[in-house]
This record gives sequence, structure tokens and C-alpha cells, in this order.
Amino acid sequence: MGLEMDGDISGEGRLFLQDAAFTNQEDASASVAANLELYHDFDDSLSLTLAAFYRLDASDSERSHGDLREAKLLYLTDNWQLTVGLDRVFWGATEFVHLVDIINQTDQVEALDGEEKLGQPMVHLVIPKEWGTVEGFVMPWFRERTFPGEKGRFRSPLPVDTDHTLYESSSEEHHLDLALRYSTSLANSDIGLYYFNGTARDPVLLFSLDHAGAPILFPYYEQIGQSGLDLQLVAGEWLFKGEALYRIGQSRSFAATTFGFEYTLPGLGNSMMDLGMIGEYVYDDRDNGWLPTIYDNDLMAGLRLSVNDIDDSTILVGAIRDLEYSSTIIAIEASRRLGDNIRLNLDASFFLNISDQDPAYSLARDDFFRLEIIWYF
Amino acid sequence: MRSFLTTLFLGASLLSVPYAFSETAEEKGLAIAMEADRRGDGFIDYTADMEMILKNRHGNESKRSIRIKTLEVPGDGDKSLSIFDTPKDVKGTAFLTFSHKVGDDDQWLYLPALKRVKRINSRNKSGSFMGSEFAYEDIASQEVEKYNYKHLREEQYQGQNCFVGESYPVDQQNSGYTKRLTWTDKKEYRVLKVEYYDRKQSLLKTLTTEDYQQYLGKYWRPGMMHMVNHQTGKSTTLLWKNYQFRTGLSDNDFNSTSLKRAR
Repeated sequence: MGLEMDGDISGEGRLFLQDAAFTNQEDASASVAANLELYHDFDDSLSLTLAAFYRLDASDSERSHGDLREAKLLYLTDNWQLTVGLDRVFWGATEFVHLVDIINQTDQVEALDGEEKLGQPMVHLVIPKEWGTVEGFVMPWFRERTFPGEKGRFRSPLPVDTDHTLYESSSEEHHLDLALRYSTSLANSDIGLYYFNGTARDPVLLFSLDHAGAPILFPYYEQIGQSGLDLQLVAGEWLFKGEALYRIGQSRSFAATTFGFEYTLPGLGNSMMDLGMIGEYVYDDRDNGWLPTIYDNDLMAGLRLSVNDIDDSTILVGAIRDLEYSSTIIAIEASRRLGDNIRLNLDASFFLNISDQDPAYSLARDDFFRLEIIWYF
Repeated sequence: MRSFLTTLFLGASLLSVPYAFSETAEEKGLAIAMEADRRGDGFIDYTADMEMILKNRHGNESKRSIRIKTLEVPGDGDKSLSIFDTPKDVKGTAFLTFSHKVGDDDQWLYLPALKRVKRINSRNKSGSFMGSEFAYEDIASQEVEKYNYKHLREEQYQGQNCFVGESYPVDQQNSGYTKRLTWTDKKEYRVLKVEYYDRKQSLLKTLTTEDYQQYLGKYWRPGMMHMVNHQTGKSTTLLWKNYQFRTGLSDNDFNSTSLKRAR
């Protein structure tokens, strides 16, 4: 195939509907971003992929950033494959909360849903067998989470200062992280089991004073061991999905699980439109005083409308309700293509009745609309 | 004498019952489907490029290019992998399907932006394949066991002697059709035309095929498939190119590992 090049350039505008909760936060933001991907196969067994990303944000300097999402050599044989370099790997099954996904660090400044990830340096061996697939990961270099700067929205009352990052391991970001995963596809289900040992991707945020005596919030990355399970199961018209984990090393050991269903109504009202209904629940038993999460005991519901038209139009409406504090987050995502090479995304999120006891409280005034236009080349 | 003649006559008619004379229309329909299936057996694997042209009733066009890899599975339905090259916003999106003679197919979707493999529900056979006029059940591996058959007549279609027969989906509840009317040429058992009737028994779509070519001296594949939806005025054309047979694909080219590296 030789050399292939793909990419996109996008423009994004965000409008916040309420006055900011914290000083210096923006009321609107504009940014441009680009992705460039190069792919070359040397022969049937060896290929090189480079995927670079950069965003320039008009107001939040922490959101202006770049990343090598992928920079990897893939070597393929009939019996195994080996990836060396930066890559992205997703583990998980559910739609709302991605509990067990752990290989890559979250590019938090990119999107509130945490689905954008930083490239992770790794040596990744995959051995597919009749009875399932075994994967081993050796990760020699840790990537720090990105956080919005002082002007950014979706941040803690104090912006996180990544110049003062601390690690539990004396090797700091050079700790050798390891993971082993087994996954298999049965007639009606897909199951994955893994063990991860290394640097936690989610840091504890600690309070301190800098040299000038000003208060700062800094990330502290601990060493953890985590076992995880993900499951997808088909039963007639129903899809059942579940994830579970057990983690040691961050305050007390804890378990967490999320599970739910997806049911699709085809040919809505005799049209080509499909309506998917999603219901999920998450429970997380972590020490919320040490490592807070928004998703500790929450119920989620979603509707996904696929219009099945030429422009691949979709509308997704989702609601997340905290069962303890009754806080509710509503998210709407609408998307369609314009012509052959342009996609238009319109998102909105609303934070309703957010309790001051809820870790989501710092987002309480961050209701927003977001319009994104992506041009693919 | 009389009794001898009667015996002979009865004997002859008894003998003939299971054979040519009184083969029922259902048996003949099934026999034609099985013969067409038998002639397609043994291809082992093939790859092909497909261009999908969607047209709405105002004549606006949109194109998708898709690469297909298919592996024959002896005793069961085929395994297939479809990879999207365009539109560019879905480039790298891939479908993996294990079709089965009986029961629902297994299907997975790979989303390259999220690096995520999702199991998909294949029970909904009537859903549109990527916004086209082809439903999943139209592009799925056409296993004999998925339909019941009835031969109707023989007639000329585009200068060729054809069997015309009806087929009824076994999974009536989840199919979009009550029946299909199929024109199959008598010489090579190629499907030349299909009419699809919806749940209200009215004509929904017509598929016509053209530019058949023979590969390995045995396997016929159409160069063009044209589906018209009579109720919406929309149409989809599939142009098939670069058919290659027996390329050496194996089971390892049709699992979640290969799905994630599909390109």
C-alpha cells in the first residue's frame, strides 16, 4: 500500500451559560485543532503509524497542547503481533462510565467525558489462540493527566499545578508499569480479564503552599494493583454490558462496578431510524475523601437516535443522576455530516441541582453549548 | 390380467411419487436454492473492493468505499470483515460478522476514534446498512437455511431462461420482509433480480444485478448490484471491483485482534 496520509482540521466554539464559579474562568472559548496520521507498511508483516494531535486554545493556555497519539511499529506474524512505541488501547464495555480502561492517561483538557486519551509508550504483545487472546504490556514511561488552567472551565476551585507533581514511586514517571490481559469471544458474549500493576492513572489531588506561600493543588500519583473485568453479552434484542474492578494502593482497597443494558427499536415509526435505549448503573466503593469520584452511586439513562440518512445523523441524550445527592447531569450530543468531508457536532451539558457535597459541585456553573466543525482530508 | 396391469400401474406411480412427476413447488424451490449454494461452495476465501453509491429521490449522491474480506467456514455461515475507507469521518470503521446457518449472526463493530470493539445486536435484520437501501439481511451471507422456498415458474428475463421463485424468511419476526421473489438463471444459477415485499405484503424494493464475471472458472460474482426502494424513491448502487480468490486468509484474520488493526 505504501504511504498513506490522513488528517483533519477542526474549529470549536464553547459558550458557557452562567457566570463562572471561580475567578478568571472564561465565559466562552474558541480553539482550533488538527490531527495528522501517517501510515506506511514496509511489507505484509511490518508497519509504521504516526498520529499527531495539536490544539490551540484562545484563552486556556493549558488547553493549548499537542500529543503524539500514536508512534508505533507493528510487527505481525501468523501466531502473534508486537507493537513497540506510543499507542492507544481501550478496555471496557459500558457507555457512560469507563471504569476499567487503564492503559492510557486521560487527556482531560480535551473533553469532559474523558474519552480522549494520551499516547502511552509501550511494548505490547498479542497472542491470539483458539481459546482466547493473551496480551502482555510493558510500559516504561508514565504520562501525566492534563488539567485545565486558571482560565479554563471544568476545573477544581484551585487549578491543578502540574509543575509540582509528586509520585509515590522513587522512579517517578519512569516506573515500569505492567499489565496482563486475557479476553475471549464466546457464542453470545465477549469477556476480558486483566491485572495491572503500576502508576495510577487517576491522581490524588493534594493541597499545599508554593514557595511564595500561595495555595496550590498538585497531583500525587500512587502505585496501584488493579484487577478488572469487562463483559458484553447479547440476548435476543438485548445487549448487556458490565465492568468491575478491584484496586489496592490508594487509601483503602476498593471495588467498583458499572453495568446495564442497551435495547434497540428498529425502524422507528416505519422509518429507517433506529432508537437505542440505554440504562446503566455505577457503584464505586473508593475512599471518597482521598480519591473523589462523581460516579460513586449513580443511575444513567440514554436515548440514541440513529437517523440512518446519507449524512449519518445521530442524536444522543443522556442523564446521570447521583442517587445519594440527587445531582443530575444532562448531556446532549448531535452529529451529522455535511457533504463528503465535513462533520458537524453540537453538544450541550447541563448540571442541575448539584449538591455542595457532590464532587461534581465544582462543575455546577459550567452549563455549556459546544459547536465543532471538522474537515477531513 | 387386470390385476397384473393394475399392480404395474400402481407400482409405477408409487415409484414416481418422490421423483420428477410430483415434486412439490416447495421441494423444487429448495432444490434450486441448494444447487445455487452448492455451486458457490469451495471458494475458501476472497477479498473485494466495494463502492456504495447512495442516491436520494432528488438525485443527490453520496459515496462510500468499503473493502471486504470473506472466509468460507465449512458447515456454517461465512466469516466476513468490512472496512470503511470513505467517508473520511468513518475511515477505519470495521464490521466483523460470523454468519450462521441457524440462529442470529455474531457481529462486532470497531470504532477507530475510540479504539473500541463493540458487540452489536444482529437480531434486527431489517435495519439499514450504513444508511443504504440494503438492509443487514440483504448483505448478510445468504444461507439456504435462513429461508423457506417455493418455485413458481420459469420465464425469460433479459434474454436468459430463469427460475422464478419465492422465499420466505425463517425468522419472520425480525425480518423486514414477508417474501422475496427471485429470478435465478437456469444455466449458471446466478441471482439476476430480487423483489422484496414488506410486512404489509407490498413491493418495497427491487434488486437487479449486472456484469457477472466468473472467477477460478467456477465462481460467479456481480460487478454491479442496484437496489431501488419503491416506497421512498431512494436507491443504492454497489460497484464491486478487484475480486481476488484464495488469498490465504485464515481464522486469525477474523478476530478482535485483526478487527483492531483493520485498515
